[in-house]
Amino acid sequence: MTTTIETAFDAPLAEPHLRQQLLVLYLSSSALSSTVVGWTRYDGTGASSPTMGDSDEAPYDTGVEALVDGWRLLQMSQLQPHPRGEEYDTGYLPFEFLFERIVSIS
Amino acid sequence: MTASPSTGRVDRKHLMTSVEMAHFVSHGSFRLDGVVPESMNERAIDVLDTGIEPHPYGTPVEDAYPQGGFVRELLDLPAVAGALQSLVGPRPAVDHHAVHVRPPHGGNAQDMHGDAVLDTRTDAFDVQLMYYPREVTLEQGGTLSVPGTHLRRINEGAIGRYQNLRGQTRLTCPAGTVVFLHHGIWHGGRRNDSGQPRYMFKIRFNPTVRQLRLWNTDDIDDPQVRATLATRFEWANGSQGRLELINRAKLWRVLTGDHDFDLDYYLTRERIRPTTLAPGATDPRLGAGGAGDGWGA
Repeated sequence: MTTTIETAFDAPLAEPHLRQQLLVLYLSSSALSSTVVGWTRYDGTGASSPTMGDSDEAPYDTGVEALVDGWRLLQMSQLQPHPRGEEYDTGYLPFEFLFERIVSIS
Repeated sequence: MTASPSTGRVDRKHLMTSVEMAHFVSHGSFRLDGVVPESMNERAIDVLDTGIEPHPYGTPVEDAYPQGGFVRELLDLPAVAGALQSLVGPRPAVDHHAVHVRPPHGGNAQDMHGDAVLDTRTDAFDVQLMYYPREVTLEQGGTLSVPGTHLRRINEGAIGRYQNLRGQTRLTCPAGTVVFLHHGIWHGGRRNDSGQPRYMFKIRFNPTVRQLRLWNTDDIDDPQVRATLATRFEWANGSQGRLELINRAKLWRVLTGDHDFDLDYYLTRERIRPTTLAPGATDPRLGAGGAGDGWGA
């Protein structure tokens, strides 16, 4: 027997008091130990609303510092080959690291 | 000579210097603090509240902003006209304009973005004039921009995930400040947390001539030119910073016509591909090899 998608996705959370906070760090190289050059936060608790330009001081100096502070690494960007003829082209920041931590709202 | 962006007759003494142009190439911006007289700033509020008629893309300045109007008066200020001519040349076309008013305690911060769309030009650029008729304080949430990002090719709001970068700047300025931005610079309007509305009038200009030596080049050999072009920014402190230097050197070549200009030898080194045979390489005999001996041979 199946149920509707809406009903299935309305099932209660297994741990309703937990929420996710995300931290995106942009580093100066592919090394997690390299310097933080940019940062972004999203707050699943709803208690704060991080936004563009909300701080001039990075929360950590390196990616490893975030690990030490309890953030869990979810994803890091891959090293992409440089298409011939476009070796000097620049665009989006290439060294992106996505972290999470789970916090209690109760 | 009279300063006039529509006729191009700007006195040389009002043009940007080479060091200032190098600053624009490295930072993507050039600012003139308090350059607009207070009497005009006072009139500006009514003009901006009333609104300024839009016009089709590419309209000549003299058609978009006729003589006698406020905007033309602004553009004819010698320092403003001089900077405009230095950056995009005489008789630029008006791309579009917009009046931005952030109400007191109003608005949300924009996501970081670059204006228009992914721009493929490497041999030309537009500038955006931003005029602030009133003082902008930190609390009023002036425009945030990231110096040095203007040469990176991104597509408008695709960088919305970037909330903060090291070296970002929040504009604070006295009344009557005019800032010129390279069209590609990463920026965003911030929330106004003050009790005062924040006014900004923006005009985007397209060049109608090749952007070659349009400024006052008398100081072209000043060591500060090269030093300014080589400015490093904290958000690009590794290998990315080297790419920035390469792309600035390329733009400086376009602007000066000096096709050998380089920063840190990067563009010069890649051209080292000698074709002259060394004397020891003239023996025509080849070693064994050819196409190989075949599978299992």
